[in-house]
Amino acid sequence: MNLTEERAKEWRAGLRNAMKAKERTAIPRVHMPELDPEYRSHTRTEEVNLGLTPEMAMQEAKRCLDCANPTCMEGCPVNIYIPKFIKNIERGEFLEAAKTLKDTSALPAVCGRVCPQEKQCEAQCIHLKMGKESVAIGHLERFAADYERESGKISVPEVATPNNIKIAVVGSGPAGLAFAGDMAKLGYEVVVYEALHEIGGVLKYGIPEFRLPNEIVDVEIQNLQMMGVHFITNCVVGKTISIKDLEDDGYKGIFVASGAGLPRFMNIKGENLVGIMSSNEYLTRVNLMDAANPVSDTPVYKGKKVAVIGGGNTAMDSVRTARRLGAERAMIVYRRSEEEMPARLEEVKHAKEEGIEFWTLHNPIEYIGNEQGRVTHMLLQVMALGEPDESGRRSPVEIPGKTEMLEVDEVIVSVGVSPNPIIPQSVKGLEVSKWGTVVVDLETMQSAVPVIFAGGDIVRGGATVILAMGDGRRAAKSMNEWIQSTESRV
Amino acid sequence: MNKIVSKEYFSENVVKFEVEAPLIAKSRKAGHFVIVKVGLKGERVPFTIADSDIKKGTITLVVQKIGLSSTKLCALEVGDFITDMVGPLGKATHIENFGTVVCACGGVGTAPMLPIAAALKAAGNKVITVLAARTKDLIILEEQMKEHCDEVIVMTDDGSYGNKGLVTNGVESVINREKVDLCVTIGPAIMMKFVSQLTKKYEVHTLASLNTIMVDGTGMCGACRVSVGGKTKFVCVDGPEFDAHQVDFDEMLMRLNGYKDIERDEMKKLEIINNK
Ligand SMILES: Cc1cc2nc3c(=O)[nH]c(=O)nc-3n(C[C@H](O)[C@H](O)[C@H](O)COP(=O)(O)OP(=O)(O)OC[C@H]3O[C@@H](n4cnc5c(N)ncnc54)[C@H](O)[C@@H]3O)c2cc1C
Ligand code: FES
Repeated sequence: MNLTEERAKEWRAGLRNAMKAKERTAIPRVHMPELDPEYRSHTRTEEVNLGLTPEMAMQEAKRCLDCANPTCMEGCPVNIYIPKFIKNIERGEFLEAAKTLKDTSALPAVCGRVCPQEKQCEAQCIHLKMGKESVAIGHLERFAADYERESGKISVPEVATPNNIKIAVVGSGPAGLAFAGDMAKLGYEVVVYEALHEIGGVLKYGIPEFRLPNEIVDVEIQNLQMMGVHFITNCVVGKTISIKDLEDDGYKGIFVASGAGLPRFMNIKGENLVGIMSSNEYLTRVNLMDAANPVSDTPVYKGKKVAVIGGGNTAMDSVRTARRLGAERAMIVYRRSEEEMPARLEEVKHAKEEGIEFWTLHNPIEYIGNEQGRVTHMLLQVMALGEPDESGRRSPVEIPGKTEMLEVDEVIVSVGVSPNPIIPQSVKGLEVSKWGTVVVDLETMQSAVPVIFAGGDIVRGGATVILAMGDGRRAAKSMNEWIQSTESRV
Repeated sequence: MNKIVSKEYFSENVVKFEVEAPLIAKSRKAGHFVIVKVGLKGERVPFTIADSDIKKGTITLVVQKIGLSSTKLCALEVGDFITDMVGPLGKATHIENFGTVVCACGGVGTAPMLPIAAALKAAGNKVITVLAARTKDLIILEEQMKEHCDEVIVMTDDGSYGNKGLVTNGVESVINREKVDLCVTIGPAIMMKFVSQLTKKYEVHTLASLNTIMVDGTGMCGACRVSVGGKTKFVCVDGPEFDAHQVDFDEMLMRLNGYKDIERDEMKKLEIINNK
């Protein structure tokens, strides 16, 4: 796509000239309508963000200056053509806007909700350089995608004539879904193998419904099914069937998108006490197993004084879930300061509105339990910020001798995840890094075993939905080229 | 969805199922387990794979009614479908000819012991099984065990059947009688703890197959974690079998009791189901 040509199109030029830049920058940034914080801290599945109305979206779209050199696009990991979709919203062509998004993003309704926009596209917005708030690109993305879905006019992408080449995908998270969609479009016969009983990966078992309703993920999955993608749940590749079985079965390419599902613990005293669990366990119980629903057989402990260790999205999701399950005190315990928190800005804001306590610059060093072995207290080391580390974040240092005791009845450890080891361990010849990630050529996503491509968290460690999705799309493109070139050689 | 093709009662509370699962049947080995979920809102619970038939494409599960999920499973009939089943999970038992092996099992551990005893026997071991229960009515699978073992010693707490005494008395009598090369124990955590203490005293290498709480069974959540030799291990991927002398059974007992109160509430649901 030629950006200059696109931008010069009559309708775009017309819009640009219809309003002065000064007028555009004078419009205040739209506020996302939200559920009332008190109300929503007691409702488990209702989405917090209600979405923009068409009027709000069109008004917000006017703020975009349609820059000749749109830096926002550089901030987007998959380079969505941002001005084009926003200007389509401005002129009321919402379905066109959705189509523009879908040219590059496989999951716009998801990304509009969960991307850390303030660190990506919105961080590069021209408005910031003028001391104004950036255009609400994420909100607009969500608006266009939701509009399309709710209009019932969702476009199922055209699928090329079947080429009868079988492709297997391991894992049904965003990387696997994006890959499957692109390969189906190219005419491949795609089968997705998923270890769990549900399709969607972290989008289903991790991210709670109050942030990403299941329905949105399900629509994407249905679309893929309409395109002919086949899903097989309850199948662990490397256990139920091996990669070799897949090859013997005639699969010509395998995309590994098995995610980073292995929870990390801190290995401190008392961490195996009853009531202490990983965020994966907590969120899986509540989201995947619906444990808080009385009709579910899976139990979940509903703590009254819940501490969540960590400062990422997973920690925010856990602490806000605990609040919704009735915690009187729901606390984030994080060893750095709020500024270094990796969570999306909006999640931190929402958490605070919901009455979450923030114990920043505190780090647990020991858990104490009662006779039944249930956690009752945690000992916290008070920290201060030191010099910046490799990641550029100021690293926390202990203040010697300064500790604090906190009363808790449930602790959720959310200090990161490692790659799922099943595939790396079960395939000979695969190159694996010291972090357990699968090593691939980041241009082509091809691994040391040519038939295996990989992407998403299994390659990057715990990363983001958009990066996983981007990997899936890149892998599809290059696997197609690789297969075509090997086929033509035969 | 996996179809139940046969169902047989070993006793009132112990049911043997053959279930269609061709891929699992092909790849499973002794010691592997499956995670089973009955009903859309069912719980994910582990069951050891007792046997498989690759030709028929089925696996065998021996299920003892204990809690909500096992009771729901036992209520299914031939032709019914198990909502979700995934496996084979865990590490397979390391089977070789060790010499003489004592299998010490009781309660919940008897069914999962069956395939291990059979595999050990097939590998040329002399297999002696100590089957223990509180009282006569609770002794299960004695006949099936006898088929695969050189000897089955039955122990009951109250002496109503077999010898009077605990599982440890049975194991000790064997150790005192002949050279034992390996002991395998599966059962309630407290039982395994005492077997482990005993065999440690006699320096008999012992494997314990741990039955912790699980959620996913694929290493994703850590619900199943135990301390082995001072290190945290995930039973579903690092186990289920561990060197018993390294396992922190007290911690495991504590963790198993963690959901007891909630479980009691869950069982009430069963009463509701049964009364309908
Ligand atoms: C609670 C939580 C909140 C998050 N919030 C955000 C957010 O707001 N924004 C954001 O950008 N990112 C967020 N992330 C991160 C984001 O979800 C991940 O980066 C992304 O999902 C990775 O996608 P993936 O496709 O690589 O893997 P996953 O989504 O992890 O999917 C992998 C799938 O593969 C399956 N699988 C694994 N092994 C096998 C096997 N051997 N055989 C078959 N199937 C297998 C797994 O069961 C899983 O379903 C969050 C993560 C969590 C846990
Ligand atoms: S059951 Fe979840 S990690 Fe073992």
